[in-house]
Formats: sequence, C-alpha cells, structure tokens
Amino acid sequence: MHRSIGAVATRPFARRLLAATAGLTFGLAAALPAMAQDTIKVGILHSLSGTMAISETTLKDVMLMLIEEQNKKGGLLGKKLEAVVVDPASNWPLFAEKARELITKDKVAAVFGCWTSVSRKSVLPVFKELNNILFYPVQYEGEESERNVFYTGAAPNQQAIPAVDYLMSKDGGEAKRWVLAGTDYVYPRTTNKILEAYLKQKGVADADIMINYTPFGHSDWQTIVSDIKKFGSAGKKTAVVSTINGDANVPFYKELGNQGVKATQIPVVAFSVGEEELAGIDTKPLLGHLAAWNYFMSDKAPINATFIKTWQTFIKNPKRVTNDPMEAHVIGFAMWVKAVEKVKSTDPDKVIDALPGIEAPNLSGGTSKMLPNHHITKPVFIGEVRGDGQFDVVWKTPGLVPGDAWSDFLPGSKDLEADWVTLKCGNYNKVTKKCGGAS
Amino acid sequence: MGYHWAASFPDAGTITMRAFGDRFIALVLALILSLILSLILSLGVLPALTTGACAGPYEDALARFTADNFDDTIEGINGVAASGNPLAATVIGALQEGRLLFSAQDKRVFIKDKSDRLIDAATGQPVVGDAPADISPVRLNNRLRGIVEAALGGLTLMAPDPGKRLEAAQAVLKSKDANALPALDQAIAKETEPKVKQALVEARAAVVLYLDSASDADKIDAIAVIRQRGDQDALALLGGLPGSASPAVKKAAADAIASIQNSLVIWTALQNAWYGLSLGSVLLLAAIGLAITFGVMGVINMAHGEMVMLGAYTTYVVQEVIRARNPALFDYSLAIAIPLAFLVAGLVGILIERGIIRFLYGRPLETLLATWGLSLILQQAVRTAFGPTNKDVGNPSWMSGSFDLGQITITYNRMWIIVFTLLIFVGLLALLRLTRLGLEMRAVTQNRAMAASMGIRTARIDALTFGLGSGIAGLAGVALSQIDNVSPNLGQGYIIDSFLVVVFGGVGNLWGTLVGAFTLGIANKFLEPFAGAVLGKIAILVLIILFIQKRPRGLFALKGRAVEA
Repeated sequence: MHRSIGAVATRPFARRLLAATAGLTFGLAAALPAMAQDTIKVGILHSLSGTMAISETTLKDVMLMLIEEQNKKGGLLGKKLEAVVVDPASNWPLFAEKARELITKDKVAAVFGCWTSVSRKSVLPVFKELNNILFYPVQYEGEESERNVFYTGAAPNQQAIPAVDYLMSKDGGEAKRWVLAGTDYVYPRTTNKILEAYLKQKGVADADIMINYTPFGHSDWQTIVSDIKKFGSAGKKTAVVSTINGDANVPFYKELGNQGVKATQIPVVAFSVGEEELAGIDTKPLLGHLAAWNYFMSDKAPINATFIKTWQTFIKNPKRVTNDPMEAHVIGFAMWVKAVEKVKSTDPDKVIDALPGIEAPNLSGGTSKMLPNHHITKPVFIGEVRGDGQFDVVWKTPGLVPGDAWSDFLPGSKDLEADWVTLKCGNYNKVTKKCGGAS
Repeated sequence: MGYHWAASFPDAGTITMRAFGDRFIALVLALILSLILSLILSLGVLPALTTGACAGPYEDALARFTADNFDDTIEGINGVAASGNPLAATVIGALQEGRLLFSAQDKRVFIKDKSDRLIDAATGQPVVGDAPADISPVRLNNRLRGIVEAALGGLTLMAPDPGKRLEAAQAVLKSKDANALPALDQAIAKETEPKVKQALVEARAAVVLYLDSASDADKIDAIAVIRQRGDQDALALLGGLPGSASPAVKKAAADAIASIQNSLVIWTALQNAWYGLSLGSVLLLAAIGLAITFGVMGVINMAHGEMVMLGAYTTYVVQEVIRARNPALFDYSLAIAIPLAFLVAGLVGILIERGIIRFLYGRPLETLLATWGLSLILQQAVRTAFGPTNKDVGNPSWMSGSFDLGQITITYNRMWIIVFTLLIFVGLLALLRLTRLGLEMRAVTQNRAMAASMGIRTARIDALTFGLGSGIAGLAGVALSQIDNVSPNLGQGYIIDSFLVVVFGGVGNLWGTLVGAFTLGIANKFLEPFAGAVLGKIAILVLIILFIQKRPRGLFALKGRAVEA
C-alpha cells in the first residue's frame, strides 16, 4: 500500500525510463536473429525488474532454455523458434501493454508469462481481443477458465485441499485448529474462502479458524507470530496454512524460528514457498515445516535429474535450484509444441482446439494431460523443509489430480463447469444449463 | 567387519529348520561368549556374530528403521526406547538430528557421529571399510518428531548435563507420555538443580493430568502445579483436557485457565509495548539517515532506501567471503560489515551528491524525480550483479533465538537492533554537537551564505553531510539484513515509512525523528491486534495525515531563523 504512494507522482518518469532501457536492450537483441530466416516467435511476459523480478526472472530463463533445447532438436515445423522477451516491470497495467505489443508488433505464436493473478487478469482482455494463447505457470485461486488461457499451475484442488487433508490425517498431526494466514490480495483471499468452506464442511468450528491478512512485503511479524502461538495454546493441535506471498516469507520464517515455533507443535504449510524462496533463509530452524506443490527439486525421477542438469548448465550455476512454476512451464511448453506439431500450424484457433487431450511428461516421472477446462492433471506432493533448503516428500496423492477450475466448496461456483471441447464454455451452469456464470 | 556377515546372511524365507537350529546354538554360544569378551574384542568375528545372531528386542527394533516406512519407524523408536540398551539414547538422538542412516539392502543401521564417522548402531563400534552403497538417512515427519522428542525425553531425564535434563523435562511436558512416569519420579527424587526440578515436577503434573488412572485429587494437585507455571504451555495443557474428566477436575482447570488468562493480559500489553519499541527502532534506523539528508539538508532523496539495500548487500558479501575463507569468524561478520557498509553507502552517497544532487539544490521536484530514477537504476544494477533472488544473510549465533522475560518472548535479533539503533542515534547526536564537522554542517544548513563567508567550504560540507546520511543508511542495512529479505527491493519497503517518520517527527530535528519513530511503532503494534496489519497501517496513515493538517511542521517544529532558510 505504501509503495503506491511514491509511485503515483513519479510513475510516468519511471515507466518512460524503464521502457526506454527495456526497449533498447531487447530491440537490439531481437533484431539480429530476426533477419536471418523465417522463425516462429514465442513471447515471454515475465517481470525482470520490480518486486516480482525475484520470482519471474527465473521463469524467463527457463523459457529461454526450453526454446534453445527445442531449436537444438531442429526447431518446430522446420522453423527455428525465437524468444521475444519483454519486461512488464511488476507493473500490472504494463502487463497488458506489453502483451499487446507482443501479439500485434512481434506477432508471437503464443505467450508464456504472468505470475500474480492481478497481472493475469490485466492481460485477459488483450488475449481475448487479439485471440492469442497464454500459458500461465503459477498456482492460483481458480474460479476462472478462459478460452485463450492454459493454466499449467495448480488449481486450489491440486494444492490447498490436499494439503489440508494431509494436516488432518494421522501423519500430518490431526490438526483441529487452523490459522489461515495470507498476503492481502486476490489469491490468498479466494483460497482462504475455499479452505474456510472446506474446513467447515469437515466440522471445524468457527472459533477454531483464525484468518489473518498482511500487506505485501510485510516485514514485522512479531505480533502475528505471537498471536499464532497464543491461538495454538488452546489445547488442540494447531496448524498454519500460509498463502503469504514472495518477499514477506523470509521475515515470517525468521520470526517463527526465533520465537521457537517448532513444526512438531504448530506446523506451517505454505503454498507460495518453494526452493527459490528458501534459498534466502537459513532453513535449520524451519525443519519440518511444510510446503504443498506439484513438483519438488528433490524428486528422484530420472527425467528430473536430466532437467536439473540441463538447467544448471544453461544458467552456468551448479547451485541454482528448480521449482514448481518452472516445471509448469516445461509441461506447458511441451504441450504447446505437441499441439503445434499435431495441427502443423501455429494458428491460435487451431492450437487452442488441439491442446485439450495433449499429454506431456511431468518432471516427477508421470504424464500430465491438458483437460477440456484448460487445466492439467498433476500429482500433489507435501514436502518438509530440510536443513539444506530442499524439501523431503512426506506424502503424495496416489495418482494425478485433475485441475478443477471452479471450486466445489464455494456457493457461487459449485454449479459451474468449464469445458472448451464439447460445451465451448468456461463457466457453464449445470443447474440453469446456460453458459454465463452463477446467476 | 560385520558387513560380510550381514551380506552372507540368508534371507528369512530360505532358513531351513537345520539352519534355524544352527542359528539358535550360535545365538546361545555368542551370547555367553560376548558377555565375557565383548568389551575386549572390539574387532573381529565375535561381536559381528552377536549383532547378527542375537536378535534381542533392541536389534529387532533397529531393523524396523530399515523399512523406510513411517509406521515401522515408530515401532523402531518405541522398541529402541523400551529396550533399555545403553545405545538407545544415542540412536534416538542421532535420529532426531538426521544422523541415523540405514541400508535397506544390508538391513543395517548406522550412526554418523559429529566427526562424520560411521558407527554401527547395533554394536556401537566404528564401521571398518566401505559403507554400503545405498546408505541414506532414516526419514522423519512431524508426527515422528513428536514421538522422537518424547522418547528422548524419557531417556535423558537422568542425563549428566542439566541442560539436557531440562530439555527432557520439557519434552515430557509436551508428550504427556505415561510411560515416563516411573523415570520422572526417580529423576525428581535425585534432582538437585532447582530449575530442573521445577520443570520435572511440572512435567509430572502434565503426565498425571492426562493419566486416566490418576485420582481426581491427584489431578487437582497437578492443575495447581500447572497453574503456577502460568504460560501458554500451561494454557494448552489445561485447555486440552479430555471431555471424560470429572466435573471437579474440569472446574479446577477452568478456574486455572481464567486466572492464567487474567495475568497474561498484562503481559500481552507489555509484549505489545516491546514489539512497538522494536518496530520503532527499525523505523528509526531506516529514517535516521534520512533525517540528515532530508531533515537537515532538505534534499528529497528517493534513493535513500537503496543506500539501506547497499548496506545489506555489503553484509552479504562480507559473509560470503568469511564463509569461503574463514568460517570461524562468522560470529564477527556483522562487526566487520558495519564499517564497510558505512564506507560503501557513504561513498556512493558522496558520488550521488557530487554527480547529481548538487546541480539540483533548491529544485525539490527535480531532485525527487532524479533520485527516484537513481533508485531504480541502483536496484537494477544490484539485480544484474547479484541476481534477482534473495540472498542468504545468516544470523550470528548471538543474534539467533530468544529468551523469556516473565511471560514475554524477547528475540535476540530484535533486542540487539534496538541497542544498535540507540547507539547510532547517540553517536550521531554527538557528532553533530561535539565535532567540528558537525558544527560546520549545522552552520551550512542554517545559513549557507554566512557559513561560506566564514571560510567554510560549503560544497565539501554538502558532500560530507550527504555521505554521512547515506553511510548511516548503510548501517541500517546491516541491521535490517538480519530481519528482512536481502533482495534488490529491500529499500523500497522502507522509503515511505522513513519519510513518514521524519515528517511526523518534525523536519530538521533528530529528537523529533526518535520520538516520531517510537510513537509510530508503538501505535502500530497496539492497533495491529485489533485492526489487523492492513487496517492498522491504514489507520496510522490517516492519523498522520490528520496530524499534519493540525501541525504542518511535525511534532517538534524548528523555530527561528532556520525555518526561513
């Protein structure tokens, strides 16, 4: 909140400056190969500066790597792939501008990008209007299915619900009291609404649920951690479900460690903390705290070992970690390549129709499938923080879980269904038998 | 040594009756022999025979660890703990610390000791030769960690080290494990250390309270003991009482809960005040450099946060060098980083003043835009040089953890930051009041023309003053690296708060900045429990806006001629 105050007066200047630098750098980079031969362009729409650069820069790099690998294999449809990188600078309206630029000016065949839900919402109208394809690689709150968007990250039923199920199980500690802590924006608010409804359905009383929101980049966690301790001292096993995003996690976990909140007493399961986030913390005090993802770097599958090796060679850093959204891009890119090869064209309409049903290997040794609702099937893992910043998988779903666009636990969305193959609709109401949402 | 034996041991399925008979004889023989010789013969065949053949409860339990299955591991822990084997505490201690390894192929369990040597868990002897290839740590989850803590607590109640005994007592208090009762009684009788004894008595009370077979009178006595403890653990124990308890016990527990909660109300207020002080000190730390550049010089420096960020990155670089060259110095890393951060940020500050700001004096809007652009450039430069991800800046051991003062938890890092902030504040005041540089700074900012005609080189003083403000921001970075992310965005989170503090406290007045920072910190922390972090922050902003309407010059307005300058 406070950040935007500074930005109001000065944004035009900042934006001009950024646009100028970004334009200069990428303009030069893009100009050279473009002259060489006819290529297929792939747009990469990830923030390389500003608050989200911390997470999104890695995704840009992994896309560059995937495109390079594909070109080594001979490209696509006999043409080389060419990455077009733009920097929306963690600025939500700029995401829409840059998306428009990618589609109209650079004429990309598909775009891989966005991290925060608000950036995705900001580009949606652009993709609809200009009819292009967006692959969105991050776990999100669901409640959406668009014809032009393919969601390769987890829907709530592929992350949040299984994590709560685990904490309720014997191995997870049979939690009876719940703290839902999150950053104050759309993803945590919607996820927590779904979780609250789910918990109540499971017989958890109102008094046993504590919901807490904090601003972006919150750094003083003393009060909240001591509130959690207090809430946890009512004699019932307590667990924390954290949808705290990005930068705020490091001080949160530091405070947990310092105030001696151990995972054996009050486990914290996080939906936005992966290997990359842990790289900035000493994880020894956090032993046993949990994260729920569809991929962990510590996965022993051979395909994962190959991926890690390729990644570390590409980025020239043998210590660089991999994480879940990177895997989502790997799957999404492989699916797009297969769909393009299937219809022998990069025409968005044809590719969108071809994508549902396409299968691609995920990095935990299974095969994910694109569903008619534009979400994919994924395994769900619960991992425990290890001393070395990696996760130990302590639980996983028996099979792959199909992503559900519309949560069954929210009154507004439980009757909705997304199906772009037979129903040709992203929000078909099963009760009124009409396409067009809840009411 | 024992490796070859184990490798040639037949599978359970192929053991014939004859083999079984052989084994039985071998077992008896080995038992007798080992009783005589086990200590003398530490190498050779015989101890190996005992490990393989003597499948006592301890060995059976150990074998459970090789199944790599959480339920088997629980059986293993309980079996080892109940076996009475002298190695039990070592094995479970190693399990807790992730030093218990197993080989599924060879069905053997090893302990990795502190110097990375492998020890056979069955015999307690070092392993000779190569370890099996498939060796990996026995995995734990949170349920198991609780069981491990309880088991270890029961086993170490009589440990020679009082610290260990205290930990054990606390573990039993949490586990409420009825099996630990005899050991507890024994330990209480022998204990001489009053603090440990108290903990043991409380642990016993917790066990009794949850023991179905205990009488109501015993339980009510136990409640009295726990009530004395008066903290959140006590509340948890009393609150979690099973519904099957008798009405008298329930009533005693409810009374105890009410009385503990009453006394905790005061502690909560104290805790909030402490949190407020701590938040205030962080605000002060971030703002104090700005109080110089903005407050004294009047330069709106939007790149102030980036000076803080540079200080934090200096700390990171210092720690990286220490980790690579001399890890023993790690606890001193902050002491080394403090002067370096001051120099780095100070020098960058002087460069900024000489390169940009000196051309813009008296043009606040342009200064604001230029320094904002500069802040973006600095952020992106750091992002290019160090990468966009967070950097791991470790807490030295003396800044990790917390201690309890009455019923409030005080974390060491926050406490040292308060001390550090106050030291900087006092140092800065002394510098401005007592040194020649301070005198010249005040002279230049109060009346530039007069100062110049007195022979003060005002341009040099401007550069030094800006450098000082930036250097102090660098110092703030060292401290903030201990509690916040070290990322290129670090400074952005503090810039607006810093301006708020300086404006609220009164521009140009260091004492105003001090009072402003602590007022905002404490107000924020008292609002947060009621309003939540988001609304609390909004409320503070609204209050400041209203306050500035009433007193545009802040809490401590400068009076006299300096105002017009």
